[in-house]
Amino acid sequence: MNMIKDHIVKLLEKDMREDGRKLTEYRKEITIEYGVSPKSAEGSARVRIGKTEVVAGVKLDAGTPFPDTPDQGVMMVNAELLPLSNPNFESGPPSIDSIELSRVVDRGIRECHMIDTHKLCIKEGEKVWMIFIDIYPINDDGNLFDAASLAALAALKDARMPKFNEETGKVDYSERTKEPLPLSYEPIEVTVLKIKDKLIVDPSVDEWNSLDARLTVATLKDGKICALQKGGGAALTSEDVDNMVELAIEKGKELRKLL
Amino acid sequence: MAYKRLDGRKNDELRPMEAKTGVVPSADGSAMFKIGKTIAIAVVHGPRELHPKFLQNPEKGVLRCNYNMMAFSGSGDRVRPGPNRRSKEISYVTEKALLPVLDLSKYPNAVIDVYVELLQTDAGTRCAGITAAAMALADAGIPMKDLVSAVACGVIDGTVVADVDKAEEDYEGGMGDIPLAFLPRNGEVSLLQLDGVITKDDLNKAIEIGRKASEKIYELQKKALKERFEREEK
Repeated sequence: MNMIKDHIVKLLEKDMREDGRKLTEYRKEITIEYGVSPKSAEGSARVRIGKTEVVAGVKLDAGTPFPDTPDQGVMMVNAELLPLSNPNFESGPPSIDSIELSRVVDRGIRECHMIDTHKLCIKEGEKVWMIFIDIYPINDDGNLFDAASLAALAALKDARMPKFNEETGKVDYSERTKEPLPLSYEPIEVTVLKIKDKLIVDPSVDEWNSLDARLTVATLKDGKICALQKGGGAALTSEDVDNMVELAIEKGKELRKLL
Repeated sequence: MAYKRLDGRKNDELRPMEAKTGVVPSADGSAMFKIGKTIAIAVVHGPRELHPKFLQNPEKGVLRCNYNMMAFSGSGDRVRPGPNRRSKEISYVTEKALLPVLDLSKYPNAVIDVYVELLQTDAGTRCAGITAAAMALADAGIPMKDLVSAVACGVIDGTVVADVDKAEEDYEGGMGDIPLAFLPRNGEVSLLQLDGVITKDDLNKAIEIGRKASEKIYELQKKALKERFEREEK
């Protein structure tokens, strides 16, 4: 791995990257495809960034609310780093990497109140809608964080409410209404990597494995920040943080156009 | 009265199919197989060193299969992520369905990992997984004597049908569900399971209908593999 990192660092010193991109340039081919599992999932989407491919699906269920929020629906994000997507991922219980990925995507959606959970209340204290967002990478060619959060966002936008049967108190999955989820803000997550003293976005797998520090920034349309996650072994100066957030806001605007 | 198929298909008629290989670039081999609304993706990693070491076989390579339904891929409720008894058994029978065509003698101490993921399900998922896995193994260049083509047959009210869908699987009067896998070149069976009550005659009929149906799947598998190599030549 050190040899690869040496190579990456040497290129970055010359402001170059393996695939010829600029340091702050995303791959050109970014696509969002809606409804990739329309029969099974209430909402689903596939995001491709270059050769990286991630699918996300939304399932809805009716369940008991949490005691401290009896009039609010529940949202849960789960990401699984499938061995299918990368020869180095292993089967077994969720790894810390997949847990972090789930939680970072969750935070972006939750903290900006993208989903109006009050509107997901069926009967206060008894029944609320529960939204499960499941994220699966199909091919890992770097930057799973940004691809996963974009896929989750797209799947939520694609989702339509199923019918709730008042008599049985259960969800009738055979009937789907035309009603979308109560969504408002749209958080876009951009992960900025620091390798030596260079900042880059949309990393390849090798670049990701060579990072010193990273910062995932979720931004809203008006440029506000709604979630942050710092990773990697190196510390950041406040100047670094400022530059990384600035870059994430700028790149977030570009990604937002794709929605 | 004889059973009429709910979606109007003929008894031996398959749902529309789609097959593509090389769908996951980071893998050594990969394939997608779609039959009706069931969508399976299979990926092959390896041959590579097998860990933990005590699982290694010094005489030949080991095949390891893993079947998984994505949490949102079920009909109705969300599927709880992670392995369960059903998925473990399917992984196991998938392995046994593929083994007869593989020559693993050149890969002592190695493992060939096959991962099958279901993106959407409408019955016949293990068969779609096996069909996709066979293509992925060929795509990975593993020596094979044949492909494997799988299809789920059913016996509904004494009528034998090929490629049952979920609505048929849930048929009120009850039905016999028979997942089958064939080695197309000699017609041998490498997967055979049954849920439900049927006669011996019906079983024989189901195998016959299944074999004929699997020939169509086989043609599509070959076509998908050829397309892949044509793509590469360009």
